[in-house]
Amino acid sequence: MKSTKDLKQLIDEPACSHNKKEKSGCAKPKPGATAGGCSFDGAQIALLPIADVAHIVHGPIACAGNSWDNRGTRSSGSKLFRLGMTTDLTQEDVIMGRGEKRLFHSIKQAIQSYHPAAVFVYNTCVPALTGDDIDAICKAAAENFGTPVVPVDCAGFYGTKNLGNRIAGEAMMKHVVGTREPEPLPANSYREGIKVHDVNLVGEYNIAGEFWNVLPLLDELGLRVLCTLSGDARFHEVQTMHRAEATMMVCSKAMLNVARKMEDTYGIPWFEGSFYGISDTSQALRDFARLLKDPDLTERVEKLIAREEARIRAELDLWRERMKGKRVLLYTGGVKSWSVVSALQDLGMVVVATGTKKSTEEDKERIREIMGENTKMIDDGSPKALLGVYKEYQADILIAGGRNLYTAMKAKIPFLDINQEREFGYAGYQGMLELVRQLALTIESPIWSAVRSAAPWKTAA
Amino acid sequence: MAEIIRRNKALSVSPIKTSQPIGASLAFLGINKAIPMMHGSQGCTAFGKVFFVRHFREPIPLQTTAMDQVASIMGADDNIVEGLKAIAEKSKPALIGLVTTGLSEMQGTDIKGAVRKFRQTYPEYAAVAVIPVNTPDFVGCLETGFSHAIEALLSELVPSAKTEGVQVGKRQHQVTILAGAMLTPSDVELLKETVESFGLRPIVLPDIGDSLDGHAPEENYTSTPLTTGGTSVSEISSLGMSVATLVIGHSLRKAGAWLQTQTEVPSYYFDNLMGLAAFDEFLFTLQQISGVAVPAKFERQRTQLQDAMLDTHFMLGQMRVAVAADPDELYCFSQLIESMGGELVAAVVPAGAAVLEKVAIAQVKIGDLEDLEIMAREKKAQLLIGNSHTVDSAERLGVPVLRASFPQYDYVGGYQRLWIGYKGTRQTLFDLANLMLSHHAQHEIHPYHSIYSQKFDTEETTHEPEKTLASSRV
Repeated sequence: MKSTKDLKQLIDEPACSHNKKEKSGCAKPKPGATAGGCSFDGAQIALLPIADVAHIVHGPIACAGNSWDNRGTRSSGSKLFRLGMTTDLTQEDVIMGRGEKRLFHSIKQAIQSYHPAAVFVYNTCVPALTGDDIDAICKAAAENFGTPVVPVDCAGFYGTKNLGNRIAGEAMMKHVVGTREPEPLPANSYREGIKVHDVNLVGEYNIAGEFWNVLPLLDELGLRVLCTLSGDARFHEVQTMHRAEATMMVCSKAMLNVARKMEDTYGIPWFEGSFYGISDTSQALRDFARLLKDPDLTERVEKLIAREEARIRAELDLWRERMKGKRVLLYTGGVKSWSVVSALQDLGMVVVATGTKKSTEEDKERIREIMGENTKMIDDGSPKALLGVYKEYQADILIAGGRNLYTAMKAKIPFLDINQEREFGYAGYQGMLELVRQLALTIESPIWSAVRSAAPWKTAA
Repeated sequence: MAEIIRRNKALSVSPIKTSQPIGASLAFLGINKAIPMMHGSQGCTAFGKVFFVRHFREPIPLQTTAMDQVASIMGADDNIVEGLKAIAEKSKPALIGLVTTGLSEMQGTDIKGAVRKFRQTYPEYAAVAVIPVNTPDFVGCLETGFSHAIEALLSELVPSAKTEGVQVGKRQHQVTILAGAMLTPSDVELLKETVESFGLRPIVLPDIGDSLDGHAPEENYTSTPLTTGGTSVSEISSLGMSVATLVIGHSLRKAGAWLQTQTEVPSYYFDNLMGLAAFDEFLFTLQQISGVAVPAKFERQRTQLQDAMLDTHFMLGQMRVAVAADPDELYCFSQLIESMGGELVAAVVPAGAAVLEKVAIAQVKIGDLEDLEIMAREKKAQLLIGNSHTVDSAERLGVPVLRASFPQYDYVGGYQRLWIGYKGTRQTLFDLANLMLSHHAQHEIHPYHSIYSQKFDTEETTHEPEKTLASSRV
């Protein structure tokens, strides 16, 4: 089990702006009035997309059994990560103290049956409480079976999903990053006059394959992505992250500790950015060029931006006419708020209110900057409160995470899912087309009057 | 009699097991104005919520006692008191289902003691029923968690005939249905309609047909964190006044027997309602209980099912099926497959149960989808029946899949499917037959090309139309 001191250190991330103002992002959950995942959930989300790893959940069935294969993340190759693996601890294991033995043999079984590039072991509440020494087991297994075995100590009761993200990042920094050198550049990738820079992305999960909207642009610019932590990643890519010249933190504060530690340890500069929306996508590319201090790259970035923006704006023209002036109630956590706002503004839509529950003071400042002082900021994300604001501000659509989907459906209002579980990719210039298509699909749907209508025999005079 | 093969490997790969707290929560979701609260870390609840939301495509009330590091080590029973109070105060529920998890059981919780403490500290919430139930994750599966919750509901809410006096038949048209975990909302609906058509008034426990049937709310909807349908608490208290209890599913036999002892209302047991014979027996029992003849519409539906059996026996005879499901549901499918002349060739369950001995197969494996896949390949299964997770297995095996059970997240309306009765069985037969027809390649004779052949088209060709229409001037 992690000590309280270790947990405090993880919660107290110096680079996280949640630490500065009085508002705290990691408050103690209240019994009977809490929503959201646990640390195990967060750690699993953060690392599961590493495709060629056998992800073993060490615990009773609930942790893996109720959750496996439920993410929208996609791999371009290995599908090993999609197999749910768990030690599925039984009463006998727990009472007789056989958890460690089962774990050891489970690792062996996973390696023999599926030949993974590595095994990740996620420690959960029950074995954390019984005191299974997963570090020692993983070490012994790695030595015995000649495959890297990485312990991720993420018992649910340690705290929130965010903390779990950090624990995951911590485990990668401690056990994986820096254990291998990058491959030489493929011979056929050479292009006259283009200097290749190695970069990392942290917090990009390739939901619905959306990063594949962006990757061709990075290729064109000569930016080699050493590793995306963790969308469509492979174990050996994570090992090489220490050789990057710049890191982009994508849309999330959760794994800030990775970016900060890579800066502290390896001197890799980093920036926070997003690939949602035209302006943010362009900004991210500019930020790469800025950190890499390559004037030629800067020039090529500007050319690419000019070309891509013109192209996508032309394609969006027709849609923009249809979406112009539509009023949006946006409820997402933290950073995503402003990045999605900018995408919606690119479409001529009006964001009338936005959730700021997980936002930092800087996030809020930024929201005010782009949306003006009059924007309603919502802290209370309960279904009742959201529907109240929706009505009061005469919104045309609710954009929120999947958990609010059925709140919207029961209230019979248009909805767009913006979180991990969604099935469509919105990233990059190209993603804007998918975004606007999905927005139009629900806002312009012909069903709304029908589903709100009473039966004629009820209304007949 | 099927032999039960215990789990014999360390690692579970592609599990089919859903944990007990989920099963118990499902039972509580069939009670009106209720909310289950899991005593565990907040993740236990978050995963459960996502699990249900993706399956039912409905908002799901579910809370947590949010155990953190300190509570996990020092004792978390105060979290229960605090959590019960928070829900009672904010949402004013009729009932809170208090469900334990692996974490709280490991930590050694005393849920009954915590509920007592809640009662003492907050007498103002005496009207809120609180049903504690022990459902550690490391024992059993969804089905056992569900039946434990039903047992707990009965023992907390149904008064004893010894103290209250025997009241059997005081409500002479009231019939209790204990509805097992394998039943879908549509199954429950059919049960109610069927019982009503005999002039009886059914009380279903739990009534997920009323709470999780996926209905758009009427106008003036206000969002609520509670269930918006289901059995009412007062109805449960009145079960001792019914004329009969119909117990659907082997896993509820214990609850049925307890209820009979407690109230002296006679219980009738139906382990299966799929297939002609099973539903015949159900209707015949209702006729005897009510003294009302079986309505003509069922005679008609019965002949429709018979006709479907005639039509589909060509496809389903000798069909080799592999099933992964909780024990009750496996038993029902095994009965149905056997009745059509098919063969159950591989069967995997997440946990043991007495009903498994009755399954028509030599061996039932307690295991996972990796086991199912290996067994199905070995026994040349032609079709899989199981949850959404089996879809990947079926793809690798190259056989079709009929989705059943929990969870079904990749198939709209799966939660709503009708399985039981003449009507449900008929549709299942059609669907099985269609799946067999669409994948009959393995029985096809491969083309043979004669060494003397004069045919030039040796490859099979498809005939796609040209990309643009040829102009055909007349």
